[in-house]
Amino acid sequence: MNESFTLGSVTFKNRILTASGTFGYGNENPDLVDVSKLGGIITKSLSWKPRDGNPNPRITETPSGMLNSIGLANIGVHKFISEKLPKLKILDTKIIANIAASSVKEYGDVLELLEQQEGIHAYEINVSCPNVKEGGLNFGNDSKQVAVITKELRKKTTRPLVIKLTPNVTHISEFARVCESEGADAISVINTVIGMAVNINTRKPKIATATGGLSGPAIKPIALAKVFECVHAVKIPVIGIGGIMTWEDAVEFFIVGASMIQTGTANFINPSTGISIAEGIKMYCVKNSLNDVGTLIGTLETDKNVSVISSWL
Amino acid sequence: MQQLYAPVLQLEHLTKEIIELTFRSSYLAETIRPGQFLNIRVDNNFPLLRRPFSVYNVQRDTISIAFNIVGLGSSILAKKHIGDSLDIIGPCGNSFDQFIDGDYDTAILIAGGIGVAPFPLLTASLLSKKNIVTFLGGRTKELLVPNHLSNVKFATDDGSEGMKGTVLDLLKKDLAENNYGKIRFFSCGPSRMMKAVGDFAKELGVLCYASVETSMACGIGICQGCNIETTTGDRKYKLVCCEGTIFETQTIKLT
Repeated sequence: MNESFTLGSVTFKNRILTASGTFGYGNENPDLVDVSKLGGIITKSLSWKPRDGNPNPRITETPSGMLNSIGLANIGVHKFISEKLPKLKILDTKIIANIAASSVKEYGDVLELLEQQEGIHAYEINVSCPNVKEGGLNFGNDSKQVAVITKELRKKTTRPLVIKLTPNVTHISEFARVCESEGADAISVINTVIGMAVNINTRKPKIATATGGLSGPAIKPIALAKVFECVHAVKIPVIGIGGIMTWEDAVEFFIVGASMIQTGTANFINPSTGISIAEGIKMYCVKNSLNDVGTLIGTLETDKNVSVISSWL
Repeated sequence: MQQLYAPVLQLEHLTKEIIELTFRSSYLAETIRPGQFLNIRVDNNFPLLRRPFSVYNVQRDTISIAFNIVGLGSSILAKKHIGDSLDIIGPCGNSFDQFIDGDYDTAILIAGGIGVAPFPLLTASLLSKKNIVTFLGGRTKELLVPNHLSNVKFATDDGSEGMKGTVLDLLKKDLAENNYGKIRFFSCGPSRMMKAVGDFAKELGVLCYASVETSMACGIGICQGCNIETTTGDRKYKLVCCEGTIFETQTIKLT
Protein backbone atom coordinates (compact mmCIF):
# COMPACT_ATOMS: atom_id res chain seq x y z
CA MET A 1 0.00 0.00 0.00
CA ASN A 2 1.55 3.29 -1.08
CA GLU A 3 0.37 6.13 1.12
CA SER A 4 3.16 8.56 0.28
CA PHE A 5 2.97 11.76 -1.70
CA THR A 6 5.75 13.75 -3.32
CA LEU A 7 5.56 17.51 -3.61
CA GLY A 8 8.53 19.04 -5.39
CA SER A 9 11.62 17.68 -3.69
CA VAL A 10 9.82 16.40 -0.59
CA THR A 11 8.19 13.03 -0.08
CA PHE A 12 5.61 12.84 2.68
CA LYS A 13 5.00 9.40 4.20
CA ASN A 14 1.27 9.94 3.94
CA ARG A 15 -1.15 12.57 2.77
CA ILE A 16 -2.20 13.79 6.21
CA LEU A 17 -1.01 17.12 7.59
CA THR A 18 -1.99 19.08 10.69
CA ALA A 19 -3.28 22.55 9.87
CA SER A 20 -1.45 25.68 10.96
CA GLY A 21 -2.55 27.00 14.32
CA THR A 22 -4.16 23.74 15.38
CA PHE A 23 -1.08 21.84 16.47
CA GLY A 24 0.98 24.49 18.23
CA TYR A 25 4.53 24.58 17.00
CA GLY A 26 4.46 20.82 16.56
CA ASN A 27 5.95 19.26 19.66
CA GLU A 28 3.68 20.39 22.47
CA ASN A 29 2.02 17.14 23.44
CA PRO A 30 4.15 14.14 22.56
CA ASP A 31 2.19 11.95 24.98
CA LEU A 32 -1.04 12.50 23.07
CA VAL A 33 0.12 12.11 19.46
CA ASP A 34 2.76 10.02 17.73
CA VAL A 35 3.65 12.54 15.04
CA SER A 36 5.75 9.98 13.16
CA LYS A 37 2.47 8.61 11.82
CA LEU A 38 1.61 11.93 10.16
CA GLY A 39 2.73 13.09 6.72
CA GLY A 40 3.72 16.42 8.17
CA ILE A 41 3.11 19.16 10.66
CA ILE A 42 2.36 22.74 9.66
CA THR A 43 3.57 25.17 12.29
CA LYS A 44 1.64 28.03 13.76
CA SER A 45 1.88 31.14 11.54
CA LEU A 46 5.27 32.76 12.03
CA SER A 47 5.83 36.49 11.68
CA TRP A 48 9.07 38.49 11.87
CA LYS A 49 8.36 39.90 15.33
CA PRO A 50 6.38 38.17 18.09
CA ARG A 51 2.66 38.98 18.02
CA ASP A 52 0.51 39.21 21.16
CA GLY A 53 -2.66 38.39 19.26
CA ASN A 54 -6.19 39.57 19.95
CA PRO A 55 -8.01 40.22 23.25
CA ASN A 56 -10.22 37.64 24.96
CA PRO A 57 -12.68 36.16 24.10
CA ARG A 58 -10.97 34.67 21.08
CA ILE A 59 -13.12 31.62 20.47
CA THR A 60 -16.72 30.53 20.67
CA GLU A 61 -18.51 27.39 19.64
CA THR A 62 -21.17 27.66 16.93
CA PRO A 63 -23.38 24.95 15.43
CA SER A 64 -21.00 22.22 14.22
CA GLY A 65 -18.09 24.59 14.33
CA MET A 66 -16.16 27.27 16.12
CA LEU A 67 -15.29 30.89 15.50
CA ASN A 68 -11.80 32.05 16.29
CA SER A 69 -9.93 35.28 16.23
CA ILE A 70 -6.55 34.50 17.72
CA GLY A 71 -4.89 37.31 15.79
CA LEU A 72 -1.89 35.26 14.67
CA ALA A 73 -0.41 35.27 18.16
CA ASN A 74 3.06 33.75 17.81
CA ILE A 75 6.53 33.88 19.27
CA GLY A 76 8.11 35.28 16.12
CA VAL A 77 10.43 33.54 13.69
CA HIS A 78 13.65 34.16 15.67
CA LYS A 79 12.40 32.51 18.84
CA PHE A 80 10.85 29.75 16.73
CA ILE A 81 14.26 29.00 15.28
CA SER A 82 16.09 29.08 18.61
CA GLU A 83 13.50 27.39 20.83
CA LYS A 84 11.12 25.26 18.75
CA LEU A 85 12.97 24.16 15.64
CA PRO A 86 15.62 22.10 17.49
CA LYS A 87 12.81 20.00 18.95
CA LEU A 88 11.01 19.73 15.61
CA LYS A 89 14.12 18.64 13.72
CA ILE A 90 14.31 15.37 15.60
CA LEU A 91 10.71 14.41 14.83
CA ASP A 92 10.19 11.69 12.26
CA THR A 93 7.84 13.73 10.07
CA LYS A 94 8.02 16.65 7.64
CA ILE A 95 7.89 20.20 8.97
CA ILE A 96 6.10 22.88 6.97
CA ALA A 97 6.65 26.41 8.23
CA ASN A 98 3.59 28.62 7.92
CA ILE A 99 4.36 32.31 7.36
CA ALA A 100 2.15 35.32 8.09
CA ALA A 101 3.19 38.92 7.47
CA SER A 102 1.89 42.43 7.08
CA SER A 103 4.01 43.35 4.05
CA VAL A 104 5.50 41.60 1.05
CA LYS A 105 8.95 42.41 2.45
CA GLU A 106 8.12 40.74 5.79
CA TYR A 107 6.99 37.55 4.02
CA GLY A 108 10.32 37.54 2.21
CA ASP A 109 12.39 38.27 5.32
CA VAL A 110 10.77 35.47 7.33
CA LEU A 111 11.19 32.99 4.50
CA GLU A 112 14.83 33.96 3.93
CA LEU A 113 15.64 33.39 7.59
CA LEU A 114 13.90 30.00 7.58
CA GLU A 115 15.64 29.16 4.32
CA GLN A 116 18.96 29.18 6.19
CA GLN A 117 17.70 26.53 8.63
CA GLU A 118 17.83 22.80 8.29
CA GLY A 119 14.75 20.86 9.28
CA ILE A 120 12.22 23.00 7.42
CA HIS A 121 10.91 20.97 4.50
CA ALA A 122 8.37 23.30 2.92
CA TYR A 123 6.49 26.56 3.36
CA GLU A 124 2.82 27.37 3.57
CA ILE A 125 1.98 31.02 3.13
CA ASN A 126 -0.95 32.49 5.03
CA VAL A 127 -2.20 35.32 2.82
CA SER A 128 -5.24 36.00 5.02
CA CYS A 129 -3.37 38.80 6.76
CA PRO A 130 -3.96 42.56 6.74
CA ASN A 131 -1.71 44.38 4.29
CA VAL A 132 -0.51 47.38 6.28
CA LYS A 133 0.43 49.35 3.15
CA GLU A 134 -3.03 48.87 1.64
CA GLY A 135 -4.93 50.09 4.68
CA GLY A 136 -5.35 46.69 6.27
CA LEU A 137 -7.13 44.93 3.41
CA ASN A 138 -6.25 41.25 3.31
CA PHE A 139 -3.59 40.22 0.81
CA GLY A 140 -5.65 37.12 0.23
CA ASN A 141 -8.61 39.06 -1.16
CA ASP A 142 -6.56 40.66 -3.91
CA SER A 143 -5.26 38.33 -6.61
CA LYS A 144 -2.63 40.87 -7.67
CA GLN A 145 -1.17 40.88 -4.17
CA VAL A 146 -1.26 37.08 -4.00
CA ALA A 147 0.61 37.06 -7.32
CA VAL A 148 3.29 39.42 -5.98
CA ILE A 149 3.80 37.39 -2.80
CA THR A 150 4.01 34.10 -4.69
CA LYS A 151 6.42 35.53 -7.25
CA GLU A 152 8.71 37.11 -4.64
CA LEU A 153 8.83 34.02 -2.42
CA ARG A 154 9.36 31.69 -5.37
CA LYS A 155 12.58 33.54 -6.17
CA LYS A 156 13.87 32.86 -2.66
CA THR A 157 13.37 29.13 -2.30
CA THR A 158 13.46 25.80 -4.08
CA ARG A 159 11.63 24.14 -1.18
CA PRO A 160 7.94 23.42 -1.88
CA LEU A 161 5.93 26.63 -1.70
CA VAL A 162 2.26 26.29 -0.80
CA ILE A 163 -0.18 29.21 -0.77
CA LYS A 164 -3.13 28.92 1.63
CA LEU A 165 -6.18 30.51 0.05
CA THR A 166 -9.11 32.20 1.69
CA PRO A 167 -12.64 31.22 0.65
CA ASN A 168 -13.88 34.74 1.34
CA VAL A 169 -13.61 35.81 -2.30
CA THR A 170 -15.94 35.59 -5.28
CA HIS A 171 -13.98 33.03 -7.31
CA ILE A 172 -11.24 31.16 -5.50
CA SER A 173 -10.16 29.60 -8.80
CA GLU A 174 -8.88 33.00 -9.95
CA PHE A 175 -6.48 32.96 -6.97
CA ALA A 176 -5.55 29.34 -7.63
CA ARG A 177 -4.55 30.21 -11.21
CA VAL A 178 -2.46 33.16 -10.05
CA CYS A 179 -0.56 30.94 -7.61
CA GLU A 180 0.06 28.35 -10.30
CA SER A 181 1.28 30.84 -12.86
CA GLU A 182 3.65 32.51 -10.37
CA GLY A 183 5.28 29.21 -9.49
CA ALA A 184 3.59 27.88 -6.36
CA ASP A 185 3.97 24.12 -5.90
CA ALA A 186 0.53 23.67 -4.35
CA ILE A 187 -2.39 25.52 -2.79
CA SER A 188 -4.16 24.86 0.51
CA VAL A 189 -7.92 25.22 0.18
CA ILE A 190 -9.46 26.64 2.37
CA ASN A 191 -8.62 28.95 5.26
CA THR A 192 -11.50 29.79 7.64
CA VAL A 193 -14.78 31.32 6.50
CA ILE A 194 -15.63 34.72 7.96
CA GLY A 195 -18.41 34.39 10.51
CA MET A 196 -20.06 36.00 13.52
CA ALA A 197 -22.04 35.14 16.63
CA VAL A 198 -23.84 37.39 19.12
CA ASN A 199 -24.73 36.98 22.80
CA ILE A 200 -28.38 38.10 22.90
CA ASN A 201 -28.26 38.87 26.63
CA THR A 202 -25.30 41.24 26.55
CA ARG A 203 -25.83 42.15 22.87
CA LYS A 204 -22.08 41.81 22.45
CA PRO A 205 -20.34 39.78 19.77
CA LYS A 206 -19.25 36.43 21.18
CA ILE A 207 -15.64 37.08 20.18
CA ALA A 208 -13.78 40.30 20.88
CA THR A 209 -13.13 41.19 17.24
CA ALA A 210 -16.84 40.81 16.33
CA THR A 211 -16.11 38.67 13.28
CA GLY A 212 -13.74 35.74 13.10
CA GLY A 213 -12.85 32.60 11.23
CA LEU A 214 -15.38 29.79 11.15
CA SER A 215 -13.96 26.27 11.13
CA GLY A 216 -15.06 22.73 11.87
CA PRO A 217 -17.64 20.43 10.25
CA ALA A 218 -19.86 23.44 9.48
CA ILE A 219 -17.51 24.48 6.67
CA LYS A 220 -16.76 21.07 5.16
CA PRO A 221 -19.29 21.38 2.30
CA ILE A 222 -17.90 24.84 1.50
CA ALA A 223 -14.36 23.51 1.53
CA LEU A 224 -15.26 20.60 -0.75
CA ALA A 225 -16.90 22.96 -3.24
CA LYS A 226 -13.84 25.24 -3.23
CA VAL A 227 -11.50 22.27 -3.73
CA PHE A 228 -13.77 21.15 -6.59
CA GLU A 229 -13.51 24.60 -8.14
CA CYS A 230 -9.72 24.76 -7.75
CA VAL A 231 -8.87 21.30 -9.05
CA HIS A 232 -10.69 22.17 -12.25
CA ALA A 233 -8.76 25.43 -12.56
CA VAL A 234 -5.14 24.35 -11.96
CA LYS A 235 -2.83 21.40 -12.44
CA ILE A 236 -0.75 21.94 -9.28
CA PRO A 237 -1.82 19.83 -6.28
CA VAL A 238 -4.61 21.10 -4.06
CA ILE A 239 -4.37 20.40 -0.33
CA GLY A 240 -7.88 20.05 1.05
CA ILE A 241 -8.75 21.57 4.42
CA GLY A 242 -12.00 22.47 6.14
CA GLY A 243 -13.98 20.51 8.69
CA ILE A 244 -12.25 17.17 8.21
CA MET A 245 -12.98 15.10 11.31
CA THR A 246 -12.97 11.49 10.07
CA TRP A 247 -11.30 9.33 7.43
CA GLU A 248 -14.56 9.36 5.47
CA ASP A 249 -14.30 13.15 5.28
CA ALA A 250 -10.73 12.83 4.02
CA VAL A 251 -11.75 10.32 1.35
CA GLU A 252 -14.41 12.76 0.13
CA PHE A 253 -11.71 15.39 -0.40
CA PHE A 254 -9.49 12.88 -2.23
CA ILE A 255 -12.35 11.85 -4.51
CA VAL A 256 -13.05 15.48 -5.32
CA GLY A 257 -9.40 15.95 -6.18
CA ALA A 258 -7.37 16.99 -3.15
CA SER A 259 -3.88 15.45 -3.20
CA MET A 260 -3.35 15.86 0.54
CA ILE A 261 -5.56 16.94 3.43
CA GLN A 262 -5.12 18.86 6.66
CA THR A 263 -6.91 18.35 9.95
CA GLY A 264 -7.57 21.52 11.90
CA THR A 265 -10.32 22.01 14.43
CA ALA A 266 -10.48 18.22 14.86
CA ASN A 267 -7.05 18.35 16.52
CA PHE A 268 -8.53 20.41 19.35
CA ILE A 269 -11.01 17.65 20.10
CA ASN A 270 -8.86 14.61 19.37
CA PRO A 271 -5.20 15.52 18.99
CA SER A 272 -4.58 12.16 17.29
CA THR A 273 -7.25 12.69 14.60
CA GLY A 274 -4.68 12.60 11.79
CA ILE A 275 -3.49 9.16 12.85
CA SER A 276 -6.97 7.65 12.96
CA ILE A 277 -7.68 9.21 9.56
CA ALA A 278 -4.51 7.67 8.10
CA GLU A 279 -5.54 4.25 9.46
CA GLY A 280 -9.09 4.60 8.15
CA ILE A 281 -7.89 5.54 4.67
CA LYS A 282 -5.65 2.47 4.60
CA MET A 283 -8.59 0.22 5.48
CA TYR A 284 -10.76 1.88 2.84
CA CYS A 285 -8.08 1.30 0.19
CA VAL A 286 -7.64 -2.34 1.16
CA LYS A 287 -11.38 -2.87 1.03
CA ASN A 288 -11.55 -1.25 -2.41
CA SER A 289 -8.44 -3.03 -3.73
CA LEU A 290 -6.47 0.18 -4.19
CA ASN A 291 -2.72 -0.23 -3.78
CA ASP A 292 -2.02 3.50 -3.86
CA VAL A 293 -4.05 6.20 -2.13
CA GLY A 294 -3.16 8.36 -5.13
CA THR A 295 -5.45 6.34 -7.40
CA LEU A 296 -8.36 7.79 -5.45
CA ILE A 297 -7.53 11.40 -6.21
CA GLY A 298 -9.99 13.12 -8.53
CA THR A 299 -12.16 10.08 -9.14
CA LEU A 300 -15.40 11.97 -8.68
CA GLU A 301 -18.14 10.66 -10.94
CA THR A 302 -20.20 13.52 -12.34
CA ASP A 303 -22.41 14.01 -15.36
CA LYS A 304 -20.51 15.72 -18.15
CA ASN A 305 -22.82 18.73 -18.02
CA VAL A 306 -22.16 19.46 -14.32
CA SER A 307 -20.20 22.67 -14.20
CA VAL A 308 -17.84 23.70 -11.42
CA ILE A 309 -19.72 26.84 -10.59
CA SER A 310 -23.40 26.03 -10.73
CA SER A 311 -25.38 28.77 -12.35
CA TRP A 312 -28.85 27.71 -11.27
CA LEU A 313 -28.44 28.31 -7.53
CA MET B 1 -1.43 13.94 30.26
CA GLN B 2 -3.46 11.30 28.46
CA GLN B 3 -6.59 10.94 26.39
CA LEU B 4 -8.63 8.12 27.88
CA TYR B 5 -12.11 6.67 28.28
CA ALA B 6 -13.52 6.30 31.79
CA PRO B 7 -16.78 4.62 32.84
CA VAL B 8 -19.34 6.60 34.83
CA LEU B 9 -19.87 5.06 38.29
CA GLN B 10 -22.28 7.45 39.94
CA LEU B 11 -24.28 10.60 39.38
CA GLU B 12 -25.44 12.29 42.56
CA HIS B 13 -27.24 15.55 43.32
CA LEU B 14 -25.25 17.26 46.07
CA THR B 15 -27.94 19.97 46.16
CA LYS B 16 -30.92 20.68 43.92
CA GLU B 17 -28.60 22.51 41.52
CA ILE B 18 -25.22 20.83 41.89
CA ILE B 19 -24.32 17.40 40.59
CA GLU B 20 -21.31 15.21 41.37
CA LEU B 21 -20.33 12.80 38.60
CA THR B 22 -17.94 10.02 39.59
CA PHE B 23 -16.02 7.80 37.19
CA ARG B 24 -13.24 5.26 37.36
CA SER B 25 -9.70 6.03 36.20
CA SER B 26 -6.75 4.89 38.22
CA TYR B 27 -4.43 6.94 36.01
CA LEU B 28 -6.27 10.19 36.72
CA ALA B 29 -6.79 9.33 40.39
CA GLU B 30 -3.04 8.86 40.77
CA THR B 31 -1.84 11.83 38.75
CA ILE B 32 -4.36 14.61 39.40
CA ARG B 33 -3.23 17.52 41.59
CA PRO B 34 -5.44 20.07 43.40
CA GLY B 35 -6.82 22.70 41.02
CA GLN B 36 -6.21 20.76 37.81
CA PHE B 37 -9.02 20.18 35.33
CA LEU B 38 -10.20 17.58 32.85
CA ASN B 39 -11.28 18.44 29.31
CA ILE B 40 -14.28 16.24 28.66
CA ARG B 41 -16.08 15.43 25.41
CA VAL B 42 -19.59 15.28 26.80
CA ASP B 43 -21.02 13.54 23.73
CA ASN B 44 -19.76 12.12 20.44
CA ASN B 45 -20.77 14.80 17.97
CA PHE B 46 -22.57 17.59 19.71
CA PRO B 47 -21.41 19.86 21.20
CA LEU B 48 -18.27 19.86 19.09
CA LEU B 49 -15.72 21.07 21.60
CA ARG B 50 -14.67 19.54 24.89
CA ARG B 51 -15.70 21.21 28.13
CA PRO B 52 -13.29 21.87 31.02
CA PHE B 53 -14.27 20.66 34.51
CA SER B 54 -12.38 21.04 37.79
CA VAL B 55 -11.70 17.82 39.61
CA TYR B 56 -13.82 17.73 42.76
CA ASN B 57 -12.71 14.63 44.60
CA VAL B 58 -10.53 11.53 44.37
CA GLN B 59 -11.07 8.27 46.22
CA ARG B 60 -8.84 5.26 45.49
CA ASP B 61 -9.22 4.70 41.71
CA THR B 62 -12.25 6.94 41.28
CA ILE B 63 -12.39 10.60 40.49
CA SER B 64 -15.28 13.06 40.40
CA ILE B 65 -16.29 16.41 38.98
CA ALA B 66 -18.98 18.71 40.40
CA PHE B 67 -21.00 21.10 38.27
CA ASN B 68 -24.26 22.97 38.01
CA ILE B 69 -26.27 22.89 34.84
CA VAL B 70 -25.43 26.13 33.08
CA GLY B 71 -25.42 25.17 29.41
CA LEU B 72 -25.42 22.47 26.83
CA GLY B 73 -22.33 20.58 27.98
CA SER B 74 -23.32 20.32 31.61
CA SER B 75 -26.93 19.42 30.80
CA ILE B 76 -25.74 16.50 28.65
CA LEU B 77 -23.37 15.33 31.39
CA ALA B 78 -26.21 15.48 33.91
CA LYS B 79 -28.07 12.85 31.85
CA LYS B 80 -25.24 10.31 31.74
CA HIS B 81 -25.97 6.78 32.87
CA ILE B 82 -23.89 4.47 35.00
CA GLY B 83 -21.54 2.60 32.67
CA ASP B 84 -21.46 5.31 30.00
CA SER B 85 -17.96 6.06 28.82
CA LEU B 86 -16.47 9.54 29.14
CA ASP B 87 -13.81 10.72 26.66
CA ILE B 88 -11.34 12.68 28.79
CA ILE B 89 -8.08 14.55 28.23
CA GLY B 90 -6.22 15.26 31.45
CA PRO B 91 -4.88 16.18 33.86
CA CYS B 92 -4.76 19.72 32.40
CA GLY B 93 -3.46 23.00 33.79
CA ASN B 94 -1.21 23.93 36.70
CA SER B 95 -2.12 23.11 40.29
CA PHE B 96 -2.31 24.78 43.68
CA ASP B 97 0.72 22.70 44.78
CA GLN B 98 3.31 25.35 43.98
CA PHE B 99 1.37 27.99 45.93
CA ILE B 100 0.67 26.03 49.13
CA ASP B 101 4.02 26.40 50.87
CA GLY B 102 5.14 29.75 52.21
CA ASP B 103 5.33 32.06 55.17
CA TYR B 104 1.73 32.15 56.35
CA ASP B 105 -0.34 30.46 59.05
CA THR B 106 -3.86 30.27 57.68
CA ALA B 107 -5.15 29.51 54.21
CA ILE B 108 -8.32 31.45 53.47
CA LEU B 109 -10.39 29.62 50.84
CA ILE B 110 -13.07 31.70 49.12
CA ALA B 111 -15.54 30.14 46.70
CA GLY B 112 -18.53 31.44 44.80
CA GLY B 113 -21.08 28.74 43.99
CA ILE B 114 -19.65 25.86 41.99
CA GLY B 115 -16.26 27.58 42.26
CA VAL B 116 -15.89 25.36 45.31
CA ALA B 117 -15.11 22.43 42.99
CA PRO B 118 -11.28 22.46 43.31
CA PHE B 119 -11.31 23.07 47.08
CA PRO B 120 -11.77 19.55 48.53
CA LEU B 121 -8.44 18.47 47.01
CA LEU B 122 -6.78 21.75 48.00
CA THR B 123 -8.09 21.28 51.54
CA ALA B 124 -6.65 17.76 51.69
CA SER B 125 -3.24 19.10 50.66
CA LEU B 126 -3.35 22.00 53.12
CA LEU B 127 -4.64 20.10 56.18
CA SER B 128 -1.31 18.90 57.52
CA LYS B 129 0.47 22.18 56.81
CA LYS B 130 -1.75 25.17 57.53
CA ASN B 131 -4.86 26.29 59.35
CA ILE B 132 -7.82 26.60 56.98
CA VAL B 133 -10.90 28.80 56.99
CA THR B 134 -13.33 28.40 54.10
CA PHE B 135 -15.89 30.96 52.93
CA LEU B 136 -18.66 29.77 50.64
CA GLY B 137 -21.03 32.15 48.91
CA GLY B 138 -23.90 31.66 46.50
CA ARG B 139 -27.29 32.97 45.38
CA THR B 140 -29.07 30.43 47.56
CA LYS B 141 -28.19 27.51 49.80
CA GLU B 142 -28.77 25.23 46.78
CA LEU B 143 -25.43 26.44 45.44
CA LEU B 144 -23.44 25.71 48.60
CA VAL B 145 -21.56 22.43 48.85
CA PRO B 146 -19.56 22.22 52.08
CA ASN B 147 -18.41 18.58 51.72
CA HIS B 148 -14.73 17.66 52.23
CA LEU B 149 -13.88 21.19 53.42
CA SER B 150 -12.60 22.58 56.69
CA ASN B 151 -14.00 25.27 59.00
CA VAL B 152 -16.72 26.49 56.61
CA LYS B 153 -18.65 29.79 56.83
CA PHE B 154 -21.56 30.67 54.55
CA ALA B 155 -23.06 33.69 52.83
CA THR B 156 -26.08 33.71 50.53
CA ASP B 157 -27.71 36.50 48.52
CA ASP B 158 -31.16 35.48 49.80
CA GLY B 159 -30.09 34.69 53.36
CA SER B 160 -31.19 31.06 53.08
CA GLU B 161 -27.91 29.94 54.66
CA GLY B 162 -25.39 31.83 56.78
CA MET B 163 -24.96 35.56 56.44
CA LYS B 164 -27.15 37.44 53.98
CA GLY B 165 -24.82 39.11 51.52
CA THR B 166 -21.85 38.35 49.33
CA VAL B 167 -18.97 36.10 50.22
CA LEU B 168 -16.74 39.19 50.19
CA ASP B 169 -18.97 40.90 52.79
CA LEU B 170 -18.67 37.79 54.94
CA LEU B 171 -14.91 37.59 54.44
CA LYS B 172 -14.36 41.23 55.41
CA LYS B 173 -16.56 40.94 58.48
CA ASP B 174 -14.91 37.71 59.59
CA LEU B 175 -11.35 38.96 59.16
CA ALA B 176 -12.23 42.05 61.18
CA GLU B 177 -13.47 39.86 64.02
CA ASN B 178 -10.79 37.17 64.04
CA ASN B 179 -7.03 36.99 64.04
CA TYR B 180 -5.80 34.13 61.85
CA GLY B 181 -2.14 35.20 61.93
CA LYS B 182 -0.47 35.53 58.55
CA ILE B 183 -2.94 34.63 55.81
CA ARG B 184 -3.00 33.71 52.12
CA PHE B 185 -6.08 33.69 49.87
CA PHE B 186 -7.17 30.98 47.46
CA SER B 187 -10.26 31.80 45.43
CA CYS B 188 -12.44 30.29 42.75
CA GLY B 189 -15.76 31.49 41.40
CA PRO B 190 -17.24 34.08 39.08
CA SER B 191 -14.65 36.44 37.59
CA ARG B 192 -16.15 39.51 39.26
CA MET B 193 -16.01 37.82 42.66
CA MET B 194 -12.39 36.81 42.14
CA LYS B 195 -11.52 40.34 41.05
CA ALA B 196 -13.13 41.78 44.20
CA VAL B 197 -11.37 39.23 46.40
CA GLY B 198 -8.08 39.98 44.62
CA ASP B 199 -8.53 43.73 45.15
CA PHE B 200 -9.23 43.10 48.85
CA ALA B 201 -6.10 40.92 49.10
CA LYS B 202 -4.08 43.73 47.58
CA GLU B 203 -5.47 46.16 50.21
CA LEU B 204 -4.42 43.73 52.94
CA GLY B 205 -1.09 43.05 51.30
CA VAL B 206 -1.61 39.28 51.10
CA LEU B 207 -1.08 36.91 48.20
CA CYS B 208 -4.22 35.70 46.44
CA TYR B 209 -4.30 32.75 44.06
CA ALA B 210 -7.36 32.45 41.84
CA SER B 211 -8.42 29.62 39.55
CA VAL B 212 -9.63 31.33 36.38
CA GLU B 213 -12.31 30.13 33.98
CA THR B 214 -12.50 31.03 30.29
CA SER B 215 -13.97 29.33 27.28
CA MET B 216 -11.48 26.89 25.81
CA ALA B 217 -11.17 24.71 22.76
CA CYS B 218 -8.21 22.36 23.14
CA GLY B 219 -7.37 22.77 26.85
CA ILE B 220 -3.75 21.79 26.16
CA GLY B 221 -2.13 24.99 24.93
CA ILE B 222 -2.36 24.64 21.17
CA CYS B 223 -5.38 26.66 20.05
CA GLN B 224 -4.45 29.80 22.04
CA GLY B 225 -8.13 30.58 22.50
CA CYS B 226 -8.11 30.98 26.31
CA ASN B 227 -5.89 34.02 26.76
CA ILE B 228 -5.95 36.29 29.80
CA GLU B 229 -4.32 39.70 29.92
CA THR B 230 -1.31 40.01 32.23
CA THR B 231 -0.14 42.97 34.31
CA THR B 232 3.48 41.90 34.66
CA GLY B 233 6.18 40.33 32.50
CA ASP B 234 6.96 40.85 28.85
CA ARG B 235 3.93 39.06 27.41
CA LYS B 236 0.59 40.77 27.04
CA TYR B 237 -1.37 37.54 27.42
CA LYS B 238 -1.00 34.16 29.07
CA LEU B 239 -2.96 31.01 28.31
CA VAL B 240 -5.40 29.96 31.02
CA CYS B 241 -5.40 26.28 30.06
CA CYS B 242 -1.69 25.55 30.40
CA GLU B 243 -0.10 28.54 32.19
CA GLY B 244 -3.09 28.65 34.58
CA THR B 245 -5.74 28.06 35.47
CA ILE B 246 -4.29 29.35 38.75
CA PHE B 247 -2.69 32.79 38.81
CA GLU B 248 -1.74 35.27 41.51
CA THR B 249 -4.49 37.85 41.07
CA GLN B 250 -2.17 40.85 40.84
CA THR B 251 -0.46 39.34 37.79
CA ILE B 252 -3.62 39.18 35.66
CA LYS B 253 -6.47 41.45 34.65
CA LEU B 254 -9.73 40.04 35.96
CA THR B 255 -12.88 41.73 34.72
